[in-house]
Amino acid sequence: MKFIRISVVLFVFALPASAQRIPQIKLKELQQLLTTPREKVQVINFWATWCAPCVKELPLFEKLKADNQHVEITLVSMDYDLDPDPAKVERFATRKNLQNKVLILAETDPNSWIDKVDKNWSGALPATIVINTKTGKRKLVQKELHEGDLEKLITEVSN
Amino acid sequence: MKKLFVVLLALIAVAASPVKQGFEVGDTATDFKLKNVDGKTVSLADYKDAKGYIVIFDCNTCPYSKAYNQRIIDLNTKYAASGVPVIAINANDPNVSSGDSFEEMVKLAKQKGYKFPYLVDETQEVAKAYGATNTPHVFVLSKDLKVTYIGAIDDNSRKADAVSKRYVEDAVDALLQGKAAPTTKTKAIGCGIKWKSA
Repeated sequence: MKFIRISVVLFVFALPASAQRIPQIKLKELQQLLTTPREKVQVINFWATWCAPCVKELPLFEKLKADNQHVEITLVSMDYDLDPDPAKVERFATRKNLQNKVLILAETDPNSWIDKVDKNWSGALPATIVINTKTGKRKLVQKELHEGDLEKLITEVSN
Repeated sequence: MKKLFVVLLALIAVAASPVKQGFEVGDTATDFKLKNVDGKTVSLADYKDAKGYIVIFDCNTCPYSKAYNQRIIDLNTKYAASGVPVIAINANDPNVSSGDSFEEMVKLAKQKGYKFPYLVDETQEVAKAYGATNTPHVFVLSKDLKVTYIGAIDDNSRKADAVSKRYVEDAVDALLQGKAAPTTKTKAIGCGIKWKSA
């Protein structure tokens, strides 16, 4: 009997954690993230589950979170535009065990808001904004990042 | 002597100014010579009777390209007969995106029955000259290669039947009527062109 009980407990623990719930935000909240003055440098990555170079560079953001306590990282999923069901993003974040904060931008008609995120952004993914919200100094990168790139960008907006 | 100095200064100023990448609406685009999926070389100048062109930087692999594939075929069906053909160009580096190799392009064009050229921009020089960033990324050109529209095909990537603004159709209709495009520039979420690593 005791054996069965232990087996049940083990079984429950062995089950994969249910997919994490990911908040859906609107443009206004994204803009606040870019403009509200904060102590820490903000690193905002625009990605999607279907975007191969985005998925490839995600570990760089996870590593940055582990290495640098002085930055705040947000991974903003752009999946909504093609697929408004958050399940895919939630499963992905769970499977990859993402430690960074993940948000879904739940907006349609990108032409009406891409310029409001950054007027230099074409809308292509991946894209990353590194911003010092106290000074407004920001860097936009519209391609896949490589080892060391984020650290360089953070230094550039910090000075 | 003084004159020479001024000329020199002007030359230095020109050389030092950053090279502008890409065309804006109103610019005159450049023609190109690129290999088509049938092995032949295609230039815009080959279309002697064209009244304009719908140049689309596209690819095989991007989910946005897939979402727009039928809409691109429909654009050509609708406008090629009126003298404004679709010219599709794939600039993705197949070393980064193997699904965009020339062989895969040939397959897709055959499978989808493309009636328009699907060209490979191997050096990526054409994509760079045009300032293409996404796939699909459209440049509507007049017959004398004036850029009249740059951007997305329409305002709903997800659902073709839920579109409310048909940017490219509106631009081509205007072109055929000798008018300016009602919307000249739009942006869309999309896959970045897979550039060769420098």
